[in-house]
Amino acid sequence: MIPGAIVLAQAIAIVGGTVFPVSGPKLEHATVVIQNGKITAVGTSVSIPAGAVRIDASGAWVTPGLIDGAGAMGLTEIDAVPGTDDAGVRNDTIAAAFNVAEAINPASTLIPITRIAGITTALAVPDSGLIRGQAVLIDLAGPTIETMLVKSPAAMVAELSERTKDEGGGSRAASAARLRRVLDDAREFGRRRPDWSRAQIQPLSAQAADLDALGPVLRGTLPLMIITNRRSDIETALRIAREYRLKLILAGAAEAWQIAPEIASAGVPVLVEPLDNLPSYDALSVRQANAALLAKAGVRLGLLETDTHNSRNLRQEAGNAVAAGLPWDAALRAVTLGPAEIFGVADRYGSLSSGKVANVVVWSGDPFEFGTAVRHVFIRGQEIRLESRQTELLERYRRGAPSY
Amino acid sequence: MNRRALLPLLFLCTGCAGGSRGTAPPPAPATAQGPAPSPPPPTPQPAARESTSGDRPQYPSTYTRHPYPPVLISNATIMTATGLELPHASILITNGRIVAVGSDIGGVPPDVVRVDGTGRYVTPGIIDVHSHLGVYAAPNTDAESDGNESTGPVMAEVWAEHSFWPQDPQIPLAIAGGVTVIEALPGSADLIGGRSAVLKLVPARTVQAMKFPGARYDLKMACGENPKRVYGRRGQFPSTRMGNMAGYRGAFIQAETYRRRWDKWNQDPKGDPPERNLRLETLAEVLRGDMYALVHCYRADDMAQMLDLAREFGFKFRAFHHAVEAYKIPDLLAAAGTGAVVWSDWYGFKEEAMDGIEQNAALLEQGHVRVALHSDDPGVIQRLNQEAAKAMFAGQRAGIPITRDQALRWITANAAWMIGLDSIVGTLEPGKMADVVVWSGDPFSVYTKAVQVYNDGWLVYDRTDPAHQPRSDFELGQEAPPGNDR
Repeated sequence: MIPGAIVLAQAIAIVGGTVFPVSGPKLEHATVVIQNGKITAVGTSVSIPAGAVRIDASGAWVTPGLIDGAGAMGLTEIDAVPGTDDAGVRNDTIAAAFNVAEAINPASTLIPITRIAGITTALAVPDSGLIRGQAVLIDLAGPTIETMLVKSPAAMVAELSERTKDEGGGSRAASAARLRRVLDDAREFGRRRPDWSRAQIQPLSAQAADLDALGPVLRGTLPLMIITNRRSDIETALRIAREYRLKLILAGAAEAWQIAPEIASAGVPVLVEPLDNLPSYDALSVRQANAALLAKAGVRLGLLETDTHNSRNLRQEAGNAVAAGLPWDAALRAVTLGPAEIFGVADRYGSLSSGKVANVVVWSGDPFEFGTAVRHVFIRGQEIRLESRQTELLERYRRGAPSY
Repeated sequence: MNRRALLPLLFLCTGCAGGSRGTAPPPAPATAQGPAPSPPPPTPQPAARESTSGDRPQYPSTYTRHPYPPVLISNATIMTATGLELPHASILITNGRIVAVGSDIGGVPPDVVRVDGTGRYVTPGIIDVHSHLGVYAAPNTDAESDGNESTGPVMAEVWAEHSFWPQDPQIPLAIAGGVTVIEALPGSADLIGGRSAVLKLVPARTVQAMKFPGARYDLKMACGENPKRVYGRRGQFPSTRMGNMAGYRGAFIQAETYRRRWDKWNQDPKGDPPERNLRLETLAEVLRGDMYALVHCYRADDMAQMLDLAREFGFKFRAFHHAVEAYKIPDLLAAAGTGAVVWSDWYGFKEEAMDGIEQNAALLEQGHVRVALHSDDPGVIQRLNQEAAKAMFAGQRAGIPITRDQALRWITANAAWMIGLDSIVGTLEPGKMADVVVWSGDPFSVYTKAVQVYNDGWLVYDRTDPAHQPRSDFELGQEAPPGNDR
């Protein structure tokens, strides 16, 4: 069972709400039925199983649980306390074999804080290196890593930026060349593994385990997510993806709006953080309309909140993206089905329809508005108690000095 | 995404501080609706004497009001931050002053610029009393990193205005978010980080031209993890919380002697004056109550120690900044008359920030503590209305009855009090300086944007008019994002 979950063996019927399936138009006065962790029916005239627990959602909005395609959920507890940070391999800049899954702490206090705000799934992203390693998608509930994992790996993560140019010796051209060399060697390694075993191969540019881990990337079965912001770096990423026929995801992508049509025609999805608008030499032309302009050009979109502690502010990010021109429906999609598609789990996640994993949130209103309350959260069909370390602190101190 | 992920590192080295002020300013004049009889032009008050140790004028403000015609915004919802939310109301601005607020305004000058406020909301200009704009400017390189002297734990002699870069491209972004006044602060690496600069947030060539006339200085102090980490790692003093306390006490003990010597000489100026000491001069001003003091402090027990420190030396902290755990001690803060300046939802970036909760501001309000929200961040400063909304609704959802007016005061009137300017700015009342924001809708909605920002009566930003969308020098020659959504 999920700690903090209210165990319900029987079916659950969320009735009377305005349901946003995301995969289809919204349904007024609709019902969502959950059984055995899955959604079994969604509609305005579905039959409710006998004995189902009814949840009255009249006047409320019902959406899929939100998905944050960024952060280090479960990998960090306190930023300034290195002992609580397991997000990166610091001494290895080609860390393709590094998968963060086993570092995830299901007991992290950040997880309940986040999920009671309606974010039910997050990408846990390794945080350092030219090739940082493998990100995994997790549900924000479960007693073990195994019960949290949605997809592992969900993406291989690399970075092309001011920060990683030193991994090539100090120039962006050199770090891009290094990335290519590693990809070349990974291909070579894949073809000539027996030669490698007999030591009949030229020295390789990375550890065998890392080259091996890049095999699925070269085969196009695992996306390569490149974190990059400057337009020229984004173009480099697109170029490399073309050369090696990779399945590319752009993340960050602050200046992507400048080449939105090119990104759209390449069929490359983009993950952006809408509120990121502070100029740096890594992205001088950063702007809040990035998401809106990309969507307008037809780019597949996911939205991010990169501050792991406040991953709950994904809702604020989405609302601000709308304020900057992104249509509301597109914003909802970009925090649900959009990232589910980008990480290859849309068959199970991101929409409300029969057969999908029952990650469902019942809101008092528009999920992006500050005045909206979360009424119910279901993760894998289990209702989550709306409690966290922060709600406990509130209860302890709200009436004055506690007796402890 | 890596760009913002770097921010926590910035918190570690810059953190923030809270400040305290000595004496409260006179209460704001009670205001009636309706036209006020031709108010005097906004004459800047003479600057408070910056130091009794010297008779030379020190780095005076050269701020002058930018001329702009009278403005009448009509048929808007006007949130005054004095308890009123007036539907279908108007506000008249003339010569940098608010002349009238209400539903029936007469005496409108013939040259008035009429603004249709239908569907709009109008609030006072937003005040951020904890900003590092200009001292940690974008593009965030070492070259612009001017916020922490941190070459010694007591740096009372440094002044934030001497680091401030008026061409920081983050300034236009904050203006577009409705901010009209900031307190720019040194960082929190040091026990005593230096003097603040209270600034009108207007495009200007020099910081002097932004200095709020008559505003007091505020001493920035920091307790807890930052100073002990910064110096402890170098094997220097202080490396513990008790070391921190000894550091403040040692500095103020020296300042007491310095103050006595100068006060004596000022009374009876015979012979050579005592030698000036910049560091002690500032601390002596705090002891005299001529300067405010604020302290960046997260933990409740740290705040209690700082209250005792202030008692030992006979001054008062105007406010604790960051104050993540202030909700644990509203009784102590209320009794001390010290305000709390907080975030809506930041927590967890360091150990002393672990206990942050979203109801902090609401619980403090309930506990009769003066509360304001601050940004400490060039992103958050652009959306302080959203911070107020988050903190208000978090309180309401927890059953704490926070009103819209109270929440608005967190980013306007209460913030003005923190810097002693609440009789001049922070509310929409006749006679107040015309720092006014027109919003596209309810400022507590995520979909709302500032559409017009008036600073001292000057239309400094207009979302629909590129002629009123200031850009810093830094932005020139770059791919200009067309439009107004920067």
